[in-house]
Amino acid sequence: MAVAKDKAQPEAVRRPAAAKAGKSAEAPPELTKEQEIAAYREMLLIRRFEEKAGQMYGMGLIGGFCHLYIGQEAVVVGMQMALKHGDQIITGYRDHGHMLACGMDPKGVMAELTGRQHGYSKGKGGSMHMFSAEKGFFGGHGIVGAMVPLGTGLAFANKYRGNDHVALTYFGDGAANQGQVYESFNMAKLWKLPVIYIIENNQYAMGTSIQRASATVNLAKRGQSFDIDGEQVDGMDVRAVKDAGERAVKWCRGGNGPIILEMLTYRYRGHSMSDPAKYRTREEVEKVRTEHDPIEQVRQRLLERKRASEDELKKIDAGVRNAINEAAEFATNDPEPDPSELYTDVYTNAAR
Amino acid sequence: MPIQVLMPALSPTMEKGNLAKWLKSEGDKVKAGDVIAEIETDKATMEVEAVDEGTLGKILVPEGTADVAVNTPIAVILGEGEDKSAIKQAGQPAAPPAAAAKQASAPAAPKSAVVEPPPAKAPEPDPDLPEGTEMVTMTMREALRDAMAEEMRRDEAVFVMGEEVAEYQGAYKVTQGLLQEFGPQRVVDTPITEHGFAGLGVGAALAGLKPIVEFMTFNFAMQAMDQLINSAAKTLYMSGGQMKSSIVFRGPNGAAARVAAQHSQDYSAWYSHIPGLKVIAPSNAADAKGLLKAAIRDPNPVIFLENEILYGQSGPVPKLDDFVLPIGKARIARSGGDVTLVSFSIGMTYALKAADELAKDGIAAEVIDLRTLRPMDSGTIIESVKKTGRIVTVEEGWPQSGIGAEIVARVIAAAFDYLDAPPTRVAGKDVPMPYAANLEKLALPSVAEVVEAAKAVCYR
Repeated sequence: MAVAKDKAQPEAVRRPAAAKAGKSAEAPPELTKEQEIAAYREMLLIRRFEEKAGQMYGMGLIGGFCHLYIGQEAVVVGMQMALKHGDQIITGYRDHGHMLACGMDPKGVMAELTGRQHGYSKGKGGSMHMFSAEKGFFGGHGIVGAMVPLGTGLAFANKYRGNDHVALTYFGDGAANQGQVYESFNMAKLWKLPVIYIIENNQYAMGTSIQRASATVNLAKRGQSFDIDGEQVDGMDVRAVKDAGERAVKWCRGGNGPIILEMLTYRYRGHSMSDPAKYRTREEVEKVRTEHDPIEQVRQRLLERKRASEDELKKIDAGVRNAINEAAEFATNDPEPDPSELYTDVYTNAAR
Repeated sequence: MPIQVLMPALSPTMEKGNLAKWLKSEGDKVKAGDVIAEIETDKATMEVEAVDEGTLGKILVPEGTADVAVNTPIAVILGEGEDKSAIKQAGQPAAPPAAAAKQASAPAAPKSAVVEPPPAKAPEPDPDLPEGTEMVTMTMREALRDAMAEEMRRDEAVFVMGEEVAEYQGAYKVTQGLLQEFGPQRVVDTPITEHGFAGLGVGAALAGLKPIVEFMTFNFAMQAMDQLINSAAKTLYMSGGQMKSSIVFRGPNGAAARVAAQHSQDYSAWYSHIPGLKVIAPSNAADAKGLLKAAIRDPNPVIFLENEILYGQSGPVPKLDDFVLPIGKARIARSGGDVTLVSFSIGMTYALKAADELAKDGIAAEVIDLRTLRPMDSGTIIESVKKTGRIVTVEEGWPQSGIGAEIVARVIAAAFDYLDAPPTRVAGKDVPMPYAANLEKLALPSVAEVVEAAKAVCYR
């Protein structure tokens, strides 16, 4: 059968052709100095964490599947800036960045990657299945699309309780073709649930580009049949993400129901550690790295506007490296779970 | 030839209903399609239409009559030129055409095998009941409804969602009255999207609510299987104990009557395979109530397998303010020393009936109702087998990797030296459920098969 060829090589990062005319074409509102420095540090933490995780995977310290978030850091960091305590976050298996952005301890995350007893899931979940009740992080789900009804259910609970919390439900361009996504859209709109569907469009569902897998590639419009507004956002620009996130959160807190944000982003690494990424060119990746890197953008702005000096940024870099090295060391030396843990947590006796 | 109007069946499992109202009087002219009467069951109301043109010659069953059997002639319509003298003949019940109709009608043919009346002997009261507890008779449908209502009154976090649970009052009327008492916030009609609303329910449970998710039947829950297994059952473990989901998935499971392969499957073995789930399959109203209340309170995901044919069956239910049964405890429904019969849900109907038959031949069967399939109460089974030395399992599900297979494996492992005969399984036949009445009857287990198997292990 004739498979439609890529109409064009995927634009490295498609500029957001905003669903709402004019909106995203304008430059996003600037961050304050403190916000910008914080965003820089957070994104760098994720980047360095993921690089370290990649190395440790190569050393055999991390097993199984391991999906790195490198390149997409601005999405979770920008969204997190729009939230307040009590809001919930749920995502798929490319989840390390979300956990760090939520404020989960890099040591606990890394120790889970190495399958050790002080990992967030006591070593029983691994890279794809981690949670923090304390930080409102509801996973870490391994099945493509499954987190979408689950996140919609978190929003249902908010509505049921009459609070103003918002459930951030992240999924990828691959998951966006799952049937359960549309079942969820329907119920979310029908019941006006406070859920933000954040489609992290990194352009590749494993090895299949969005053009080869999706009949329509503007994912912000995927809610149209359900009358759910959507917006394409430059997911490489943390300012744009924060701005869109704040508007979306306000929409949800105001009792208006769900909203979709399509984050145009890009992952630099393969789908997982075992993916050599031969479905795209080295040049394509390089182009994004040099022209759109989310961290480099912030770094340049900080320096140009003299919000931070090279020395100050170096200090931040050193602090992040330090934290990551500590996490790696912890995760390497932490013991494996006690064999008795095999049979714990299958059922709970704890009443709520 | 005058035309008989027969009492219609509103559903494949309906056996009888009430004649609520006559909308036409004797002597009225009727056209095909005219509504002439209203009939009702405990779960639905429906209009009866005239099937042909003529005059309503005689009303055979007056309005307000309760428990009119399906296919009973309820009126006679006279054709042109016919007069009342023709009525007498037409009004005879069991006239040949009616008999033919009866054989072809849904519930009638498999009735003797599938729709056994409730066992003559009431189930023995649960040993945990206080002495002198008053019993009230109610259907399993009512018992389930009361269990949900009581738990919803007790805990604001409990809510019901599913297809037709609210305004329609439940496809099988199990949620009748809940919307009126608790409102649309807590009794939620969903779109027909099992995968989506099952996942939504799990998400709400992870956030601390206690959903009761009704599947119209468990056949449709296959659409939601990923959320049931991967999300509901495994998240506690994968989160190192952080993420609890206190959720009940309930609805009718197994064969109803004449709805064929896609709507007649017993999922008991499927769910009982999964660590992280608890699986309950009650056989009578009291167990249904006590165990559903326990399931709703349980902090784990519970699959609660009901049975459409059992919904309308009545039984004694303890009249207690808070009747909760323990999950994971089997019940000895009948004591005996010669052979152990183990079953659950509607299988108990065959097992108890078979025990009656066996008693006539001097074989005392001990009948165990598992009630909970996971965790399975092996202890009660093993103790019984140590006494009887013989075991027959009874289920409607398929034999391979079935509940019976699991029981047999456990018995062989734990009581091998006590066995006097090979453990034997009576199960549904290894075929998709056929539609034809005779084939359906053959595909399901029967009392005769249970009797035969029990005699075989007794070498009789």
